[in-house]
Amino acid sequence: MLTLGIESSGKTASAALAEDGVLLSEYTLNIGLTHSQTLLPLVAEIFSRTGKKVSDLNLVAVSAGPGSFTGLRIGAATGKGIALSRDIPMACVSTLEGLWYNVSVFEGYVHPIMDARRSQVYTQAFCGGRAISDPEARSIDELAEEWNGQDDRPHLLLGDAVPVYREFLDRCLRIPHSYAPASSLLQRASSIALLGESMYYEGKTVPGDAFSLNYVRKPQAEREKEAKGLKEFDIVHDHSAL
Amino acid sequence: MKDINILAIETSCDETAAAVVRNGRQILSNVIYSQISIHTEYGGVVPEIASRKHLEKIDGVIRKAMDDAGMAFQDLDAVAVTRGPGLVGALLVGVAEAKALAFALEKPLLGIHHIEGHVAANYLEHADLEPPFACLTVSGGHTHLSIVKDYGEFEIVGRSRDDAAGEAFDKVARAVGLGYPGGPKIDAAAREGKPDAIHFPRGEVDGHPLDFTFSGLKSAVLNYINKSRMTGEEINVPDLCASFQESVAESLVSRAISLCRDRGFRRLAMAGGVAANTHIRQRMMEACGKEGIDFFCPRPLLCTDNAAMIGSAAYYSFIRGQRDGLSLNASPGLMLGSRDIDASS
Repeated sequence: MLTLGIESSGKTASAALAEDGVLLSEYTLNIGLTHSQTLLPLVAEIFSRTGKKVSDLNLVAVSAGPGSFTGLRIGAATGKGIALSRDIPMACVSTLEGLWYNVSVFEGYVHPIMDARRSQVYTQAFCGGRAISDPEARSIDELAEEWNGQDDRPHLLLGDAVPVYREFLDRCLRIPHSYAPASSLLQRASSIALLGESMYYEGKTVPGDAFSLNYVRKPQAEREKEAKGLKEFDIVHDHSAL
Repeated sequence: MKDINILAIETSCDETAAAVVRNGRQILSNVIYSQISIHTEYGGVVPEIASRKHLEKIDGVIRKAMDDAGMAFQDLDAVAVTRGPGLVGALLVGVAEAKALAFALEKPLLGIHHIEGHVAANYLEHADLEPPFACLTVSGGHTHLSIVKDYGEFEIVGRSRDDAAGEAFDKVARAVGLGYPGGPKIDAAAREGKPDAIHFPRGEVDGHPLDFTFSGLKSAVLNYINKSRMTGEEINVPDLCASFQESVAESLVSRAISLCRDRGFRRLAMAGGVAANTHIRQRMMEACGKEGIDFFCPRPLLCTDNAAMIGSAAYYSFIRGQRDGLSLNASPGLMLGSRDIDASS
């Protein structure tokens, strides 16, 4: 059972190969190049280094959001192309669950927080080895308040929003909390591959056509349309304004 | 010589498309999933929505293209994809998918210029057309008058200084309340109208007789609409559309013909989404007929965005030896003729 994991939902581009629960190899780059240029060469390299072939693959597991819209799509389209070529299934692995998996042995609350801009983070709460809330985009203030109201089990935070809000959180949080070390702070394809493998055995994989991303947020145009009707473009044709 | 079968993928704007083309000339399949109905309610293409739809539809579109062609992936000789110009998020979906397919199938990968594809649509339609010839490329983002010196080799001799012709169609359609997409809606409305009902200006660029300008025309149409509304005069939409179209047609025809006269070309091709316009095709054909110029234009389905045209252009790049690496990126602002310059942008 050979699984390719792909993670490009944030600043890191990462690819991993896992075989029967064993991580064979993982390549992660966090050097600011665009995923479009780096991701597939990483995948190619990982096959060549491990001596595995695409034809040996049983599953392509891809980080399925939330995260950077474009980054997610590059990862998804890359995974889809590989899966399509061999007609193998895909696993839609939640990006937040992937982050949680980096530190899944932690007893207590785990909060992956990903910078979603506009003072919000993508987050989901995990405790006792399972998710206890749904993926969502929330303001960091709201979250801090919510966590302060919980019992005194320790909270572990990770994700790319940690460096952004760490100072703020240290100031506001009155509950025991800590942060994941740099080696497990960010998204990793190994977590995606290994979670994907579990999904395979649980019968939760999908054909590539059915692979879908969970953006959490709607496109801006759709939100604006819902909020205030059709947005005007660059030509005014409102009769009353003429 | 062995047949060359290329799978081509195109996702530069709001059509998710895939095709299999043989030897650059024969369409084995041509599948297009159009998102127009989704974007219509926004009055134009919403890039984020387009990108999301491309990702949803691309596998199914590619699979259908292979099935229609009666081929297995292993039968392919190369995978080609539009790398630009276009909407970056939309392009990236096609580029990532095509790269992954090429890698997994161990087939050569080719990144293709979208406008080169539009020009190549003529090779699909006209088996006997070969460079050199004069070419007018008119679409939502481009208005170029060029000399096609060889396959994939262009000399641009005229371009729009402001709006592309297709942009003018979209803006005018919106202003008269026809909505998006402007091209087909104006085309349809104009059929009931008189092209000489209203005289709109023909834009000229001082000192550059082969360049185009459509901003003056656009303003004139908007002013006309505003004035009519202020005086309470009813606008005859068919007449307005027909007259607007006539102005665009006149600008396009006069420059294309003068290029042919000046440089002695006996063959003129037209390409791009605006080339699907009935009136413009008609006017161009008549003008060429009068001048004894052979006029080439693909059928409307091959004028608007499709992947078959990318497959045709890719064939000629393939036999010239073009091969792209796995770090190929989308180039949203790619200029015509700059194919090899910005491979890393």
